[in-house]
Amino acid sequence: MHRFAKPSVFLKFTAPILPWLSALTVILIAAGLYFSLIGSPVDYQQGHTVRIMYIHVPAAWMGLFCYVGMAICGAMSLIWKHPLADICARATAPVGATFTALCLITGSLWGEPMWGTWWVWDARLTSMLILLFLYLGYMALVNAFDDPERGSKAGSALALVGAVNVPIVKFSVDWWNTLHQPASIVRMDGPAVDPSMQLPLALMILGFTCYYFVVLILRVRLELNERRIRALHLSGMFEDPETPASAKEQAYEAGHNAEAKQ
Amino acid sequence: MNGFLAILQRDLRLALRQGADSVMVVAFFIVTTTLFPFGVGPEVNILARIASGVIWVSALLAAMLSLERVFQADYEDGTLELLTLSPVSLELLILGKVLAHWLTTGLPLIIAAPLMAVMLNMDQDGFVTLMVAMLLGTPALSLIGAIGAALILGARRGGVLVSLLVLPLYIPVLIFGAGAVEAALLGISATAQLQIMAAILLLALAAAPFATAHAVRQAME
Repeated sequence: MHRFAKPSVFLKFTAPILPWLSALTVILIAAGLYFSLIGSPVDYQQGHTVRIMYIHVPAAWMGLFCYVGMAICGAMSLIWKHPLADICARATAPVGATFTALCLITGSLWGEPMWGTWWVWDARLTSMLILLFLYLGYMALVNAFDDPERGSKAGSALALVGAVNVPIVKFSVDWWNTLHQPASIVRMDGPAVDPSMQLPLALMILGFTCYYFVVLILRVRLELNERRIRALHLSGMFEDPETPASAKEQAYEAGHNAEAKQ
Repeated sequence: MNGFLAILQRDLRLALRQGADSVMVVAFFIVTTTLFPFGVGPEVNILARIASGVIWVSALLAAMLSLERVFQADYEDGTLELLTLSPVSLELLILGKVLAHWLTTGLPLIIAAPLMAVMLNMDQDGFVTLMVAMLLGTPALSLIGAIGAALILGARRGGVLVSLLVLPLYIPVLIFGAGAVEAALLGISATAQLQIMAAILLLALAAAPFATAHAVRQAME
């Protein structure tokens, strides 16, 4: 695992994966959308509104998945000081925050016809809202320092402290007797969702997860390239028109290697 | 242990000599609580119903606003750097600072809370539970808040940031603190809520000094 913590190895390793993963994401989400919107039966009680579930549940899953990923990256950056772990944690936060917001919005749209209200202060909903606040706090903290290094370190500590909330979100429906239904997919005696609905749900969850990894790779590559450009600007190679092209290439390589050594 | 007592004594002495700080926290608490009758109207039944929640929320905000002085002044004049370098473990010193913070903010709030409860017309059955719950809850607020206060050292707009970091982590204390008083008012035993609050306090006591010390060391790098 530590081998992949080198930025150069990460770039080399992810370059061939990226197009395949992107294609897989498109196929999974397209198939998932087909089965969830057209190819799955209507619920006998809820009618067509049940289809909101195929966005809502995967988004909720991603909100938690991204937070756990962010906390693990934070722990790795604190323990082994991998610069890549910092970048991954930073890149994950906005994605996770978006999925959490998406989960809350779709949940609210689903709650209006089913429960007759847009919002209730139920344990599951409230803990999910706190998760969104934790994401926002993380993003604000990471960007609050002049030294990005210090921002990442403080953010890692916050991500770890905030991880207390993850089991609370997961088990809130079991611990408190609430309006939100109890767990129906991950439970001891197998999923309680009808098989015809399991397929689109599984496709969407897999598709969303792949989408996250595509976005993560893209964002990490962007961040690495930005850092390299900044390093080149600082060394003054770009501004000088007299510099021959080969020297520029050399500087680019040098920046690459310097980064790899970090 | 000597280091712990020394830092506790120093912080308490500083707070007492500057004086105004503790009084300001209590004043903020009273003014915030007083705003609610203006906001929701002076109807006695409504005020009695929301009293426990209002008192807890105001106490939370008052505890949060005073967090800045746990580390900020020491960070600016370099004292914190010397504390980090000292041979005494930083976790112990931080525990001393947190205890001093609680004695100068949490304790006055506990004393002021029954007064506000009377003014908000809360039933007398809830008073003892309110004070016991605050006795368990406010130290946890100081401990959790110290993590946030240490994380934002050196940040731009730190004061606003600390609210975004710390308030979500305060929510469990608020839920069980208000829940305990609610139970007592309904005539049910509040033991379960108080036990959970004690558990939160113990967890914070065990984990928060280490997280805070870690954040302080990062700020010194």
